[in-house]
Amino acid sequence: MSALRAAALAALVGLAVVAQVVVFRYVALDGVVPDLALILVVVAAIDRGPQFGALLGFGAGLLLDLAPPADHVAGRWALALVVVGYLSGRVRQDARSSTLTAVLVVGAASFVGTSLYAFSGSVLGDGALPADQMLRIIVTSVLWDLLLAPLLVPLLLWILGALRPARERAVREPVRVS
Amino acid sequence: MARRSGSRPSRWSGPPTSDQRARRTFALLVLAALTVITLDARAGDSSPLDPVRRVVGEVVGPAESATATAFRPFTDIGGAFRTNHGLREDIARLTSENATLRGRIASSPVDQKRLAELDGLTRTVADTGYSMVAARVVAMGPMQSFSRTVTIDAGTSSGVRTDMTVLNSDGLVGRVVRATRSNATVLLIVDSDSVVGGRLGTDLEVGFLRGRGSADNTGRLTLDLVDDSVEPSKDDLVVTWGSKDGVPYVAGIPIGRVESVVSTPRQSSRLAVVKPFVDFTALDVVGVVVPKDTEGDRPVLTAGAPK
Repeated sequence: MSALRAAALAALVGLAVVAQVVVFRYVALDGVVPDLALILVVVAAIDRGPQFGALLGFGAGLLLDLAPPADHVAGRWALALVVVGYLSGRVRQDARSSTLTAVLVVGAASFVGTSLYAFSGSVLGDGALPADQMLRIIVTSVLWDLLLAPLLVPLLLWILGALRPARERAVREPVRVS
Repeated sequence: MARRSGSRPSRWSGPPTSDQRARRTFALLVLAALTVITLDARAGDSSPLDPVRRVVGEVVGPAESATATAFRPFTDIGGAFRTNHGLREDIARLTSENATLRGRIASSPVDQKRLAELDGLTRTVADTGYSMVAARVVAMGPMQSFSRTVTIDAGTSSGVRTDMTVLNSDGLVGRVVRATRSNATVLLIVDSDSVVGGRLGTDLEVGFLRGRGSADNTGRLTLDLVDDSVEPSKDDLVVTWGSKDGVPYVAGIPIGRVESVVSTPRQSSRLAVVKPFVDFTALDVVGVVVPKDTEGDRPVLTAGAPK
């Protein structure tokens, strides 16, 4: 029921994280790939609200931090994606109205998320690069996300929508039985 | 964490609105993330998160390998895929079967390239005398994580351990920083955290090579010589200096060539910019230097005695 929905969501997050490092490395621009996990978190936050966005962001971020080949201080992506999930959820009323707005939210979220990650790295002295290089990487990743968002936003909204009625049905069923 | 505290008595009067709940969850998750960061950042070498990392690696690593295998046909454009897997299995017999294999896959340029890489690896084994386990790169860390790491499809079950040297037929690739049963994470030498002891080919002067953090075509290393009076010349070869017992780098592996020499006016020392031999954007077959008597689930390439 709810566990099934959670498992499907977890699988979706896992798929995003794995695809990011395995599949997209062949089309990486200077090593920069689209932030699939971030896009998923943003779309989920737009669909379900800030609380859900923050929770999913924490989970997805932690997976990004711990899954190989990650070798940075764990928790950095988790922090960035919690903020991204929460903020995207706050603007959901505006973002749900049109795909274009949602795409723009993804772009803004991508900038905020990657910058926050870069900032935490600078504070911790963990894998910090010169500022101009960091900026170039951040801009490239934002462009990547903006490029994929028009395709991914409707697709993910549809998947998340398909997951939701399944849960509601499952919740109602025991009531019907009793 | 958030759920547990959700049942705590509310400080606000009345039942919390969804806005308040969201804000509270957000605050708790930020705190949780900061806690994780603190735990991991302060621990140094033995992080309390290492067991969690290992567990995640045991699950996600094989998933990455499987995805990479599934996607290989699409990335090997025009390839005759059926031989790819076979090639990997046959790696030990490769030296004796080179002729046969050449004939079998001569039609496919991608496979030819891979064969050339494997061929180069066996040649490297013969040249250096080191024993190696061949592996393939399955995943590459995204640049927006600002670190340059890859996952390879060999792990502790093949004898791969932390702090082993990783190279390919062109030169030094990096070192193993973490290994699970079936996968290992390799820190590339272009990562900004990577430091390699290097030696100039002509006058054997020693120095330290630091990565500059990018793996694109501009991926370069800076060589800082211990003896400041020595001026490295352009196109000078740089090889690994090697550490005690070959941990983490074995000696004599080519790294790259000196591309230019930058002298900083404020400091007396000179920095040489080194262009690595390895193309880090197109890593595929790599070799992990293992002890000769390593036993594992994949064959060990040993100099002089191809099985």
